[in-house]
This record gives sequence, structure tokens and C-alpha cells, in this order.
Amino acid sequence: MTAAPTTPETVQLPPAPAGFRAAVRRMRHHPLGLAGGGLLLLVVAFCYLGPLFWKTNQTDVNLLDAALPPGPGHPLGTDTNGFDVLGRLMEGGQVSLQIGLLAALFATTFGTVYGAVAGLAGGVVDGFLMRLVDVLLSVPFLFFVLILSARFHANAWTLALVIGAFSWLISARLVRGEVLTLRVREYVLAARVMGASRRRIIFAHLIPNAMGVIIVNVTFQVADAVLVVAALGFLGFGLSYPTTDWGSQLASGVTYISADYWWLIYPVGGFIVLTVLALNLLADALRDAVGRKAD
Amino acid sequence: MAWYVAKRLVVSVLVLLGISAVVFFLLHLVSDSPGRVVLGQRASPEAVADFNHEHGFDRPVVVQYFSYLGQLLQGDLGRSYKLNQDVGTLLQQNAGRSAMLSLAGLVLALLVAVPLGILQAVKRNSVVDRAATGLAYVLYATPAFLLGLVLIAVFSQQLDLFPAEASQSHSPWVVFTDPRSMALPVITIAVTSIAIFSQYQRSSALDQLGQDYIRVARAKGLPERLVLTRHLLRNACLPLITLVGTMIPLLLAGNLIVESLFNYSGLGLLFLNSLHREDYPVLLAYTLIGGVLTVVGNFIADIAVAMADRRIELAS
Repeated sequence: MTAAPTTPETVQLPPAPAGFRAAVRRMRHHPLGLAGGGLLLLVVAFCYLGPLFWKTNQTDVNLLDAALPPGPGHPLGTDTNGFDVLGRLMEGGQVSLQIGLLAALFATTFGTVYGAVAGLAGGVVDGFLMRLVDVLLSVPFLFFVLILSARFHANAWTLALVIGAFSWLISARLVRGEVLTLRVREYVLAARVMGASRRRIIFAHLIPNAMGVIIVNVTFQVADAVLVVAALGFLGFGLSYPTTDWGSQLASGVTYISADYWWLIYPVGGFIVLTVLALNLLADALRDAVGRKAD
Repeated sequence: MAWYVAKRLVVSVLVLLGISAVVFFLLHLVSDSPGRVVLGQRASPEAVADFNHEHGFDRPVVVQYFSYLGQLLQGDLGRSYKLNQDVGTLLQQNAGRSAMLSLAGLVLALLVAVPLGILQAVKRNSVVDRAATGLAYVLYATPAFLLGLVLIAVFSQQLDLFPAEASQSHSPWVVFTDPRSMALPVITIAVTSIAIFSQYQRSSALDQLGQDYIRVARAKGLPERLVLTRHLLRNACLPLITLVGTMIPLLLAGNLIVESLFNYSGLGLLFLNSLHREDYPVLLAYTLIGGVLTVVGNFIADIAVAMADRRIELAS
């Protein structure tokens, strides 16, 4: 953009949407949401701080120690490559959480801009953009992600991109709906009358005010992405060795299910459920906290 | 009603065209040329080019798309070069088994979730309600493959009640002929849906319970059982109809995982094997069919809802 000399750059919008603090206050009185948030913090701390305290060798295969049941030295046993399962859980968790968060950020960023453009443009453009969303929503999501990740050997970044590329649709719909109600508010009209560009209206007015909806959506998206990553890993189209994630770990547990190596299934399964549950509880609470603002 | 159906039909056809275009172009983008696939990695570039020219794969992709559409309209889904078989035949061989599996799972889910949701709404905030909601949250967060694994570990390995593998017969009716071997796959498919359906059913039943017609029914002395079955049930099920329509992609994905976990040969397993073989004609056809089923499911759901609630038709 060329500089507009008459626009005073010092004018600051309030940093957070009005009612944000009220939403935080409501959050505090939401026990399930707090539990979800706390649980999530615990999982994150386990994955990222855990390796500082529980140092294990996760690089060298050690077949002499393969598939040991839980016991001294290995509280959760070892997997079939001889890696300590507890340490493996932390390492795989980092990867799963990273991909989940990245995919959700990709999806939400793109979906937000897409939805805001569609909602603000209206008319034919809006109709076309949203029919495209309808079409893509009708295509079985997992199929596409599977085809792409089977074709291009996945690393954490490409996997996040692929998942993100097919999960922005719901965000786009939500943000469009929000923008449709916001765009007729006085402050948007005022900005338009003062000659603000469409870009400025989207980024300075519409998106900050739709932030509540967006944040809730990110939280749900992370949960979904964690599940998709796990499903891909389970089906054998996830990350390739030596990188590991929770889904791949579960897949190796399946191979030995008849050998009754339960410690390869329940701990990692528990972590997947716990993480997704925590994220869903948190998202539900956030939705309540943000949603009640409207009444 | 006819007008409403016609309008929805036109929209559905447009969405179908869109799906076919998106799926076709995306797969075209990621797949090797058919000549390379058929002749193998060691074939000379000339031979590959010759094959592609002979079969029309060197034409512009838009032209190829329209000729594929033309084939589709004649019922020709293409040919799997890897298996040297008609894709349509391949899908047909497996479709019945997958459909029966999904259907059995769906029916089981509805049979459990609808009464459960209504019970939860009637006894809201009771211990039963809270326990069911809590369980639904946990099950919703449990991916199907994990649930299936736990079921296998407990009911097959520990208790030895059900086999760990689904029936290997080729009949689509194994759900009825061999229920013992199909119990775990069907339950796995049903449980995730139960978690979703029951929560929907609960909130929709709660909405309806506050309505005047329920109070009237109660006030005129109708037994509670009749209030629930005759008045509440029909109205409280409406949102569920729409939900089932939109859940079809999820059901298909669920099939993919359950069929792979229990080694049940159906469309999902065919898709996964084709993925390993890089058999793109099969992948293309099945993804398309998934899209078609979704659109048809949404269409039927819309019509069913409109038929159950005539106000929708009047409003549009």
C-alpha cells in the first residue's frame, strides 16, 4: 500500500474486542473448561518438559531390550525397537501436537481470510466462494489427505499443510457468518464512509471482532487435526521412521496385539484421548464464554 | 413440494459436477501418467508417450475431464491397470459388504442413541444424564481405531467372546449369517456415532420438552409414555435426520479404519490397498462415489426433513 500522508498512524484500536475480559471472567467459572485447559497444560508439559527430566535413548535401536514389559528402568516398558515407551510418548507427543497446532493455524488463517472476503464481498462472489466450500465439504476429507500423504512422503510440515489444506472449510463458513452480521455495524460503515480500503476493513475491523469465533474454532481444529494425524499414522501413511507420532506408535502396537503387549497400546491411546478430550472441553467452554457476549 | 424437490435437485447436480471436477483435477495433479503406471518404471519415455497418445492421455486435462464425465454418464468408471479389471466391477464386488457394515452400525447407533438422548433430556442433570454426557465426551475423543483395538484386546484376547477378525466370506449378508464375527466391527462403527447422536438428540429433545404442545399433551392427561413416543419423538428426531445426512463422509472414513483393523474386505480396504498400489483409477472412482453419497445423503435428508416438517417448504 502507498502511504496515505493524512492518516494519523498513532490511532490505536483497543487491542482486544470489547467483552474479552468478561469472557475471561466467565471462563474462570467454567469448571469443565478449566479442567480441559489444565489437562492440556499437563499434556504439553509432559511432552516438552518431560524429556528434560526423563532422559532416554530414542535414537539407537536396541533389540536386546525389545518389548520389555513395564518394570524397573522402564516404567512403561519398551517397544519392539527397544525404545523406552515413556520417552517415546513424549517424543511422539511433541510431533503430534506440533502437527495439530500447525494444521489448525494454517486452516484457520486461510479460512478466516476466505470467509471474511466472501462475507464482505457478498453477491456473486460470495455465492461462488461459498458453493466451492459446499463442494469441498462433500468430498470425503480423509480420502484426500490419505492420497496426498501416500504420494508425497510426509514430514511434519507437509502433513500439517495437507491437513490444513482440507480443513479450512468450517472456519470459512463460521467467519463468513460472523462477518455478515458485523459488516452492517456502525463502526464498519463509518470506516467505509471514511474511505478505508476493503483490506483495512477486513484486517482492522472484521477479523479482530470475529476473534472470539476464530479462537474457539482453532481449538476444535487442533483436536481434529491430532485425530487425523493419529489416523494417518495408524493406517501407515503418516511420518516415516525415525520420526514418530502417537498414531504410528499405536500402529506398531497393533502388529503385536496377539502377543499381548498391552503397554504398547493403552498408554499412547490414553494420551490421544486425553489430549483430544482436553481440547474439546476447552473449546466448548470458550464457545460458551464468547457466545454469551452476544446476548 | 415438487418445486422444493426440483430446486434441491438442481443444486445437488451442480455440487456433484463441482466434486467431480475437483477430484479429477487434484488426482490428475498428483498421479503419474497412466503410461508410466502401466508400463512400469523401466519403460522408455517414448513407449510411455506412445501409450498415452494411443489412449488419449496426452490431450489437455480439461478435454480428458469431459471425456471421463462422458464415460461416467455411460456407467463406465474406468479401468484399474494394476488389477486389469473394470473399476465398476471392483467396486460392485465390495460395495454390498461395506454398505451392510455401515448400515448395521448406523442402525445400532440410532437404536441406542435416540432413546438414550430422550432419556437424558427427560432426566436432565440427573446422575444418569451426567454419566452419559461424560461418557459421550470421552468416546467422542476416542478415535475409532483405538476403540476397536481396545475392544479386540478385551473381548477377543482376554475374554475370548468374539473373534478378532471379521468374517472372511464374500457374502454381503455376513452381519446376519455370522453375527459373532461381525459384532466387534459393527460396535466399533456404532459407538462413535452414538456419542454424537445422543448429544444431539438430548439437546433437541430438551428444546421440544419446553414447547407448548408437550404441555398441552401433559395437561390433557396423556400418559408420559405416550407424550414421549407420540409427540416428542417425531419432532425431536428432525435434527438427527439432517445430521445423519451430513455424517456420510464420516461413516465412510470410519469404514476405512474399521475394515482395515478387522480385515473385512469392503470398499475401505479396497481403497487402502489401491493406495499402496498407487492405483489411481480406483481411488478416483471411490472418492467420487464418496462425494456422490454425501450429496445424495444431504438431498434425502433435506427432503425427509421437509416432509416431516412442512413449514420448511413454505419458508423457502
